[in-house]
Amino acid sequence: MKLLYKDVDKEGEGTVGLIAEEPEDMWHAYNLISEGDLVRSTTIRKVQSESATGSSTSNRVRTTLTICVENIDFDTQACVLRLKGRNVEENQYVKMGAYHTLDLELNRKFSLKKHEWDSIALERVDVACDPVQTADVAAVIMQEGLAHVCLITSSMTLIRAKIDVTIPRKRKGFVQQHEKGLNKFYDNVMQAILRHINFDIVKCILIASPGFVRDQFYEYMFQMAIKTDNKVLLDNKSKFMLVHASSGFKHSLKEVLQDSGVINKISDTKAAGEVKALEGFYTMLQCEPAKAFYGKKHCESANEAQAIETLLISDNLFRCSNVALRKEYVKLVDSVRETGGEVKIFSSMHISGEQLDNLTGVAAILRFPMPELEDEESDDEN
Amino acid sequence: MSRHRNVRSINVNEEYEGYDDVYGHSVEDDYCVSPSEAAFMYDREGSKNKQKIGAFFQSVNDIAEENEGENESKEANLSDIDKARLESCVDQIRQIVSSGIPRQELVNIILLYNFNVEKAINFILGCPQYNHITEKKAVVPKDVDPSNIKVVTPGTKTTNITKGFDLVQKEVNRLNVTPRSQSPASGRATPTPDQNDEGKNLKQKESKFDVNVQYKKERGNAKENLYMVVIGHVDAGKSTLMGHLLCALGQVNQKTMHKYEQESRKVGKQSFMYAWVLDETGEERNRGITMDVGRSQFETETKLVTLLDAPGHKDFIPNMISGAGQADVALLVVDATRGEFETGFDFGGQTREHALLVRSLGVSQLAVAINKLDTVSWSQERFKEITQKLKLFLKHAGFKENDVTFVPCSGLTGQNLTGKPTENELLQWYAGPCLLDVIDNFRTPERPIAKPFRFSINDVFKGTGSNFCVSGRVETGTLSLGERILVCPSREMATVKGLAIEEVSQQTVFAGDQVSVTLSGIDIQNVSIGYILCLSQNPVQIASKFQARIVVFNVTVPMTKGYSVVMHHQSLVEPVIVSKLINQLHKSTGEIINKHPRCLSNNSSAMVEIQASRPLALELYSECKELGRIMLRVGGVTIAAGLITKIVL
Ligand SMILES: Nc1nc2c(ncn2[C@@H]2O[C@H](COP(=O)(O)OP(=O)(O)OP(=O)(O)O)[C@@H](O)[C@H]2O)c(=O)[nH]1
Ligand SMILES: [Mg+2]
Repeated sequence: MKLLYKDVDKEGEGTVGLIAEEPEDMWHAYNLISEGDLVRSTTIRKVQSESATGSSTSNRVRTTLTICVENIDFDTQACVLRLKGRNVEENQYVKMGAYHTLDLELNRKFSLKKHEWDSIALERVDVACDPVQTADVAAVIMQEGLAHVCLITSSMTLIRAKIDVTIPRKRKGFVQQHEKGLNKFYDNVMQAILRHINFDIVKCILIASPGFVRDQFYEYMFQMAIKTDNKVLLDNKSKFMLVHASSGFKHSLKEVLQDSGVINKISDTKAAGEVKALEGFYTMLQCEPAKAFYGKKHCESANEAQAIETLLISDNLFRCSNVALRKEYVKLVDSVRETGGEVKIFSSMHISGEQLDNLTGVAAILRFPMPELEDEESDDEN
Repeated sequence: MSRHRNVRSINVNEEYEGYDDVYGHSVEDDYCVSPSEAAFMYDREGSKNKQKIGAFFQSVNDIAEENEGENESKEANLSDIDKARLESCVDQIRQIVSSGIPRQELVNIILLYNFNVEKAINFILGCPQYNHITEKKAVVPKDVDPSNIKVVTPGTKTTNITKGFDLVQKEVNRLNVTPRSQSPASGRATPTPDQNDEGKNLKQKESKFDVNVQYKKERGNAKENLYMVVIGHVDAGKSTLMGHLLCALGQVNQKTMHKYEQESRKVGKQSFMYAWVLDETGEERNRGITMDVGRSQFETETKLVTLLDAPGHKDFIPNMISGAGQADVALLVVDATRGEFETGFDFGGQTREHALLVRSLGVSQLAVAINKLDTVSWSQERFKEITQKLKLFLKHAGFKENDVTFVPCSGLTGQNLTGKPTENELLQWYAGPCLLDVIDNFRTPERPIAKPFRFSINDVFKGTGSNFCVSGRVETGTLSLGERILVCPSREMATVKGLAIEEVSQQTVFAGDQVSVTLSGIDIQNVSIGYILCLSQNPVQIASKFQARIVVFNVTVPMTKGYSVVMHHQSLVEPVIVSKLINQLHKSTGEIINKHPRCLSNNSSAMVEIQASRPLALELYSECKELGRIMLRVGGVTIAAGLITKIVL
């Protein structure tokens, strides 16, 4: 994301001009824009015009509109952000108050005006515009008959392809069906890799599985590559890395990102950092349960006692349309920081963020035990 | 399901007896200790942990029996300490033997033996009067309904079916589920239109009754079918042992065996030549490791045994579970080589995990082959040492001592497999049965053929012609050629075009059989491993959210709400989320000790809610044990076993 200008006053009101440069920036924009914000951008509008003779024609014009956002839609797989709202600036084509749906476009500037830019939103701008690019990692996580081809960027894990086929088991005297099915499966996975992974961007491709599936697949793929003289694969052979995972399900990605070999190679990715942080929380819960809490109520109580050392919070919570609730979460984050605690904002598009979301979205590791909280009824059971 | 409650007037005591029975069984049926808590295992005798193992489901110890009154005084006279001792004795005994014995009788036996649990158990096990209780697993509610006629077939022991069994049991269990699940609405979530149709129901019952006659006619004279899974740590010699056994029984022709010998020598794996009989894929042979369950058949004196050779490697436990889910009995193979047994047993090996898994999956009879004794020159000491360690562990895992047999052997040299050993060193101290006889001595479990038809799919493959086949096990009920069946959870209908057991065509197949079913009229896309076949008039439940009562084994991190786990249900392997921790329960009493716990750690028992991302076909444990069990695994480790208690959505 490119920052064009930032014009925010002391009260936090103001406008920021931005250009989304890559698909991931749409995710940042999605996290930035809330209902009620004003977004100004060029867009395409269908206009009905009536000629002198009275026949009406409709044509599409490009125009710049400012809408007050009422509805936000994000397609995670295609990275398309669609904003719907009323026009707030009269314009030659569109009347005041008319509805318009605006798709944010890559490489076109847009401006975002908020009544209140809180710390979370400002931080998001900083993160999004950080020029230090962490290279992307691709991962194929597989077991016999099931594979996920994922792309791990700094703030998102995208499942690019899922291959789910039934492979006949080995049966006495009929092993061919099994072996044929397996080869067909490997072929599907290989095609998915070629189709979805851009080897120019990706610096490392992890192939993870239980048993020998990864070795078998790797062997198969490079045999085929030699056979078909596939330059792309052969030139990038060194980027592949085989690691163990207990299954081909998506959540096993967590194990992959904890593998020491993988960490050495991709230590700078946010995804691996988040997995580690969440693991730290669970370890604390096991060893010293009175120093690990989750759920809004428990975390807030701990914060009041200035006890929070690390706060894990999912960005999902800041996207809620309830302004007051969002404010409470922002306040929690600000307050933890003020008291010297560390705050890790998880991307709900990463595997550990998804898990944190399932765990109420907020968890805290404390500086000192607060056993009294354990007796307090938590609010998240309903 | 209030319909049932209104209609019937229930004899409370009888009802509770059924209740006790169901959950009492589940105690030893399903729960065991965490695989790697070694200290815990050895410690148990005489330690404070006494009540933990296997006692998880005993919430109903204190339910009054009819004859409570007359003996109460005896118990009342006891001091507080003795009362506590008594309680603990009762608990312990109920862990070992089924809790079908009325409490009062137990109390008397315990008092008789002066609180000596060991003696009391021996008395119970030795007493013919309790045979039915300790042996039989089937829950047959007594006299609930006067129209409930027992049809005991004289002569054959396999059939003891009650007319109307199904209906009655369902009712009993429904009612019983209520107090535990804390909600009166514990009925079927899936609309089952035909179920309300009493007429049809009755008709079906009638026809099911005939099934018993048919079963006897078709199977009465033949050898009994027995399904045996072979389990144990990687490289314990499972495949070699079974390959050699098959060879010795003439199941593998000499030409093939010669070929295996030549070829295995060529790749430098001659020691695996017998294993090649079962390890058939190129990958398995090259690596010398079994990856998926291998099957074969052989006959003993009285039985037709289908053996399922499970892989021992940790990463293939999902395959092992699907094999074990289909087995009646298990053969645990351990490597007697010095150091190797210890690796497989003490240091996080699969010997423990496998044994606990099969027990949790409902297998109660076990033979243990102490293998590779040739490597320790048939040392009796080594045999004894291993036997002792295993005995203790298996007892606490919930196996009854009488149901476990130890047999010394060597798969490679073929000693003591099918006949008397020839090795002098072994003959000196061993005069027991050979492996084949041990297998022959297994009891075939009763087949629930009168229950509604359920079949779990374990494999989908192309048959001859345009149709495709599914193979798997008939869990309950029967299926005949030409019947229309419902595939769940995809809810597609299909027609049964062919039935075959081990390539032999059949007209009708019965509960317990492992069958290849040729299906027509359905797209292969709509059928997948783990799906359930049933009949449309009595379908399996379909749910994506349900409650289960689980026991957490040894976990490195505690289980919280939102935990992602892999659930195993029959052959289905499915990622699910533990969406709610409802209550933490006391492991022996089942009392709620913590509502909405924040987390569950080692060896705890709890009621949880499980959320799947798509609908699954399953059953309440109380209605169908076979389809009511689940296993939860994370990162390749089994962390919990559970029983489905309630369908939510
Ligand atoms: N000395 C000796 N070696 C044996 C014996 N039984 C098996 N072995 C050897 O042990 C090795 C492993 O045998 P397998 O039969 O493949 O073991 P497994 O338990 O089937 O292994 P997985 O299926 O991979 O878990 C082979 O090299 C066998 O030759 C035995 O009785 N004595
Ligand atoms: Mg093997």
